[in-house]
Amino acid sequence: MNFDMLAMQAFTGLSIFTILMLMALGLAIVFGLMGVINMAHGELMAMGAYCSYGMALLFERFFPGLMDLYIFAGIALAFVVTSIFGFLLERGLIRYLYQRPLDTLLATWGVSLILQQVFRQFINPREVEVPTVSWLQGAWQVSEGVALPLSRIFIVFLAIATAVVVYLLLYKTRSGLRIRAVTQNRTMAGAAGINTKKVDAYTFALGCGLAGIAGSSFTMLASTGPTTGQQYIVDTFIVVVFGGVESLIGTVASAFIIGQMQSWFEYSLSGSMARASILLLVIVVLYFRPNGLFATKVRR
Amino acid sequence: MSKINRRDFLKASALTAAGSAVAAPFIWPKGAMAQNTVKVGILHSLSGTIAIAEKSVVDAEMLAIEEINKSGGVLGMKIEPVVEDGASDWPTFAEKARKLLERDKVAAVMGCYTSASRKAVLPVFEKLKGLLYYPTYYEGLEQSPNIMYTAQEATQSVIAAMEWLYKNKGKNFYMIGSDYIWPRTTIKIAKVTLNRLGGKLAGEGYYPLGHIEFSSEINKIKASKADVILNCVVGGSNVAFFKQLTAAGITGKNQTILSLAVSEEEVSGIGSENAAGTMTCMGYFQSLKNPANEKFVKAFKAKYGANRVVGDTLECGYISVYLWKLAAEKAKSFDVEKVVAASSDLPIDAPEGKVKFHASNHHLWKHARIGTFRPDGQVDMIYESPLIEPNPFPKL
Repeated sequence: MNFDMLAMQAFTGLSIFTILMLMALGLAIVFGLMGVINMAHGELMAMGAYCSYGMALLFERFFPGLMDLYIFAGIALAFVVTSIFGFLLERGLIRYLYQRPLDTLLATWGVSLILQQVFRQFINPREVEVPTVSWLQGAWQVSEGVALPLSRIFIVFLAIATAVVVYLLLYKTRSGLRIRAVTQNRTMAGAAGINTKKVDAYTFALGCGLAGIAGSSFTMLASTGPTTGQQYIVDTFIVVVFGGVESLIGTVASAFIIGQMQSWFEYSLSGSMARASILLLVIVVLYFRPNGLFATKVRR
Repeated sequence: MSKINRRDFLKASALTAAGSAVAAPFIWPKGAMAQNTVKVGILHSLSGTIAIAEKSVVDAEMLAIEEINKSGGVLGMKIEPVVEDGASDWPTFAEKARKLLERDKVAAVMGCYTSASRKAVLPVFEKLKGLLYYPTYYEGLEQSPNIMYTAQEATQSVIAAMEWLYKNKGKNFYMIGSDYIWPRTTIKIAKVTLNRLGGKLAGEGYYPLGHIEFSSEINKIKASKADVILNCVVGGSNVAFFKQLTAAGITGKNQTILSLAVSEEEVSGIGSENAAGTMTCMGYFQSLKNPANEKFVKAFKAKYGANRVVGDTLECGYISVYLWKLAAEKAKSFDVEKVVAASSDLPIDAPEGKVKFHASNHHLWKHARIGTFRPDGQVDMIYESPLIEPNPFPKL
C-alpha cells in the first residue's frame, strides 16, 4: 500500500464515521435517551430522502436557476417533515407504550411496513432519481493519486455540524437540561415541575428530524426507494448499541470505531467477510461490556 | 358477539335464501362463461423488497393477456388471469403456487423473479404437475420438466460478454457482486471463462444485498488498475455503487464497466448521468429496431404511460404468455405434458427477434446483446451475438 492509498483509505474511514454518526444521532436520542426501540427509524430516513426528491422536482419545475441550492431546501424540508411526523407518531402511538419496550418494537415495525407500502403505492415502487447538485459532483483532486469525493466531504461537514448542534442543544440549553432530566429520572423531573409529556414529544420529534436530515443527505450516496430504510436500520442500531445506549458520546465513539473497522476490513478482506468480522468484534465487546462502550449510570 | 336466538336465525336464513334466489340467475351465466375461459396464474411479488422489480413484469404479462384476448384468445377461449402476491417471501410463493394449481386449476403460471422463489415453488409444480414460465435471467444449473425458462441463463450472458470484453476492451478484470447465489455463480463462470481466454483477475469483491458503502472497494478497484469492471451488484446497492463510482471520478467515459444486472429500468433509479457510458449485457433492449418490438413498446406505453420504460425481464414476461399460447395451439390442448412437448423447437417472433425453444432443455435460444447507456437512459447496442444454444449445465 502506498501513501496515496493510505490517504484515500483514511478519508474513507472518516467518511464512513461521519455517515454512521449522522445515521445514529437520531436513534441515539430516541432509543438511547428515551428507550423507544424505533424500528421505523430507517423509514424516517427514507422519508427524508423523498423530501429531497420532492424538492428537486419542485426546483426543477419552478426555480431551475436555483437548482444548485435545492439540497439545502431538501435537508430543511426533510427535518421539518420527519419531525412533524415523529411528533404525531409520539402523540398517537408511542406515548401509550413507554412502559412496554417490546411493544414499541412491534408497533414501530408495523409503522415501518406501512410506510414502505405507502412509498411503494403513492410515490414509485422503483427507486427514484435524486440528482446530486452540480457543485457536489466529482472529486477534489488533492494530488495525482488522491481524489476525495465532494459529496462525502459535504457529509463530513454536515455530520459534524449536526453533532455540534445536538450537543449544544442537549447540554447548553434549558430545553436540553429538561430532556436530560426527564430521561434520567422521569418521576423526579415531573415533581420538579417539568411537563414530561411535552418533553417526550419534542425529544422524539427531534430524533426523527435528525433521521430526516441523514436520509436527505444520503441521497447523494445511495438509493431512494421504498426499501431504502432497510439499508440503514441495522447499521444504525449496531452503532447505538455498541456505543452504549444512554450515551451520545458513546454513539460518536462507536461510529468512529466501526467506521474505521469497516474502512480497513473492507480494504483487506472481501465485503461480506468484513461485515461478518465487524459484527463478531461487536459481539465480543458486548460480551465483556454488555451495556456498550460508554455506559453511563442512570437511575431507573 | 351476543347469543343468536331462534327468531334472528330464521330471519337471517330467510334473507340468505332470498339472496341466493336473486343471485342465482346472475351466477349462472358466469358459470357458463367459465367454460369459454382458461385460467392463467400470475405469481409475482406485489409487496415487499422484490416488488420493485416484479410489479412491472406483471404489467407486461397482463398486457400480453389483454392482447391475446382481444385477438380471439387461445383455442377459442379467453384467458382469465388469476393474480397472486408472493410478497417477496419464499414460503408464500410456494403456498400461492399450490393455491393456483389446486384451487384455481390454472393451465399455466407466469411467475417468480428471484432464484430463491423459483426454488421454493419448483417442488409444488413438479408434484402437482403444473407449468411455470420463469421470465428472469438466472444462473442456470436447473432444468425442471414443469418449468419453461424464457430468459437468459449464464452461458447466454456472462460467457458471451466476457469473450467480447476480452477481445475488445482488455485483459485485466475486476469483478464485484452482491453476495448470493446469482452473482457468485455468475462470477465463478466469468472467472473460468477468463482463465480459458488467458486473461488476468485483478480482484473480486462480494457485498451483502442492500450494502451501500463501496468506497473501500472503489479504492481497491483504482489501485488494481483493471481494464474492465464486471459488475454483478444487484438492486438498490447498484445505485450506491454507481453514485460512488461517479463521485470518485470513475465513469463510463474513462473506464469500461459492464453490468449484468442493470437494465433500462434500473437506470431510472441509478440516475442516467451516473450510468451514461457504462455497458450492459442483456437479451433485449427497448431501443431494438424491429416491428415486433416497436409494436410491444408502443402498446406498453399506451397502456401504462409514456414515461414507462421496458427492460429485459418485462419482455421475457410478455413473450412467456405468447409462448404458452403458441404451444397450446400447436398441441391443441391445455394439458401440461402436451404443451411442454409442443414447446420443443417452438419458434416465436418476439420483440427481441426471432427466438425459439431448445428441443429438449426448456430454455430459449437467445442473442446476447451488449450496449452502452445513453444519457437519456436508453441503450445503444454495440454488439449482438448470433443465437446462442442454451446450456443450463455448462462445463466449469
